[in-house]
Amino acid sequence: MSDRYEKLAARIDERFGEQMKRVSSTCGELTYELAKGDLIEIATALRNEADFGFEMLMDVCGVDYLHFGMDEWNTSDASGTGFSRGVEMMPVILDESDEFDARRFAVVYHLLSLQHNFRLRLRVFTGTENPPIVRSVVDIWNSANWFEREAFDLFGILFEGHPDLRRILTDYGFIGHPFRKDFPLIGNVEVIYDADKGRVAYQPVSIEPRTLVPRVIRDDNRYSADLKDRTDG
Amino acid sequence: MAEIQNFTMNFGPQHPAAHGVLRLVLEMDGEVIQKADPHIGLLHRATEKLAESKPFNQSIGYMDRLDYVSMMCNEHGYVLAIEKLLGVEVPERAQYIRVMFDEVTRILNHLMWLGAHGLDIGAMTIFLYCFREREDLMDLYEAVSGTRMHATYYRPGGVYRDLPETMPKYQESKFRSKKDLARLNAAREGSVLDFIEAFTDKFPGCVDEYETLLTDNRIWKQRTVNIAVVSPERAMQLGFSGPMLRGSGVEWDLRKKQPYEVYDRLDFDIPVGVNGDCYDRYLVRVEEMRQSNRIIQQCVQWLRENPGPVMVDDYKVTPPSRVEMKDDMESLIHHFKLFTEGYCVPAGEAYAAIEHPKGEFAVYLISDGANKPYRMKIRAPGFAHLSAMAEMVEGHMLADVVAVIGTQDIVFGEVDR
Repeated sequence: MSDRYEKLAARIDERFGEQMKRVSSTCGELTYELAKGDLIEIATALRNEADFGFEMLMDVCGVDYLHFGMDEWNTSDASGTGFSRGVEMMPVILDESDEFDARRFAVVYHLLSLQHNFRLRLRVFTGTENPPIVRSVVDIWNSANWFEREAFDLFGILFEGHPDLRRILTDYGFIGHPFRKDFPLIGNVEVIYDADKGRVAYQPVSIEPRTLVPRVIRDDNRYSADLKDRTDG
Repeated sequence: MAEIQNFTMNFGPQHPAAHGVLRLVLEMDGEVIQKADPHIGLLHRATEKLAESKPFNQSIGYMDRLDYVSMMCNEHGYVLAIEKLLGVEVPERAQYIRVMFDEVTRILNHLMWLGAHGLDIGAMTIFLYCFREREDLMDLYEAVSGTRMHATYYRPGGVYRDLPETMPKYQESKFRSKKDLARLNAAREGSVLDFIEAFTDKFPGCVDEYETLLTDNRIWKQRTVNIAVVSPERAMQLGFSGPMLRGSGVEWDLRKKQPYEVYDRLDFDIPVGVNGDCYDRYLVRVEEMRQSNRIIQQCVQWLRENPGPVMVDDYKVTPPSRVEMKDDMESLIHHFKLFTEGYCVPAGEAYAAIEHPKGEFAVYLISDGANKPYRMKIRAPGFAHLSAMAEMVEGHMLADVVAVIGTQDIVFGEVDR
């Protein structure tokens, strides 16, 4: 992390204190987590105060942490069975609970300051509410409009105060939020031409789900922090 | 007298000026637009979700298909994000090759934009002129990657292979005279670098030709001057980037301000507009083509003088050579692991932004340590630009909608992803 960013981090710590919690990064980027109640106050300050001057919001992105850190193949022990292609290893568990895990859905904001040439990432977890909801930042940065519509469409995250929260990328009349981890990759319905009715219609998907390469997580010593900086290999 | 009501009109998705599959619902008062509501998503392929189900390297090809007129720049954003997480240092020669092809791609994109934009608002000849030069650059893509469009040339750790020593030539056929053949192959006798150099020598003259057709053309100016004016404050507020931001007079270019690869060692200028209208954005893009040409010339010079590797030799990330695989057990294992399982990327998140021909193209990757990305978000410049469409066309005539679609340089592959 360069000195410039350390100075920015110091200014942020001084100004916001406990409200913004810094997340460590391996590749020199500044990331903060904040409570969703503080979002509007902090965003307004980051945009308007001369010290920060983040006049641009480059990206708003929803994240679903449901399967974070899960793999489909045991890599620490030996097993008697192998991996067979063409099967779906991780069953899709529909999450129909009334409340979500507090760290399941997050909204990530990427800010850019042209005057100071800084980038900053903010992450807000939506909490346990179902459907997940956060305050909209459209009034602070107008560019958030479509990005928030996209996060709503793909993840079902609601943005309180958004002027026009409609679906944007999926089909007219689409059901579900496709980028949630409990939404199957092959989808739920497919489009066919129904010769009897003489029009295009929907039917349940007829293809089998397939996983060509299993998802594995390997503990790689090359990336462990205490070994990385050693010069003797 | 009968009461006159606003008229709601549907534009697209199958309209030749919609640049693909844009559907606009326009509320008209006579021929003046009161409100525009773009409907997008007709080309949505869930690239991000697909990428989450595949090892990292298998998604490079999907990147080409995002903005399908600037293929290698999309790959660049993606491989940069992976390299950032892996902590891989790319060899210098590969960095120069990438920069050179980024600029080739920028010219490709701007030529496509200029031709299509011209065609949309009534200039026919420019389209043919632009495609004449695009053809040479497409051949360049083909020479290094084997395909004219979807190259998959950039890889995490470098580029797929070094620049070839020969350039593919036109073959003799009954449709082509000997004289034509000789003319077509004149620049193709030497290496790929010779071919690029020959192109950069003639290209500024070609840009002059485009400018004689348009820059002082009365009709062109009537269609673009003072159309869709965006103030610098609004441009920032709306999340504009690239030529859209620079056309409004904001001097911001990631190649200068947050240099990646070797851009800090190259000499080039950033054109900036004054009025923020369609005409200024046209001038900015035309000047960018000239500047790209300068960058390519400098890269060719450097690449001639400095041979070297184009891929890191870390076999945990990049495959070993075929020759080594034949008699080295370890190389064989590396190869097998890489092509069955792929490599695991350390847990973390990275946002890699590049100056794409259309603006800031960025890939935001979240990894949980697996061989597939946990979440990938593509920040497409066109998405932010199109969201400002309603504001830009309000109060303009119906015919100006086409000019605005053109000036935004919309390509639906990246807007819908």
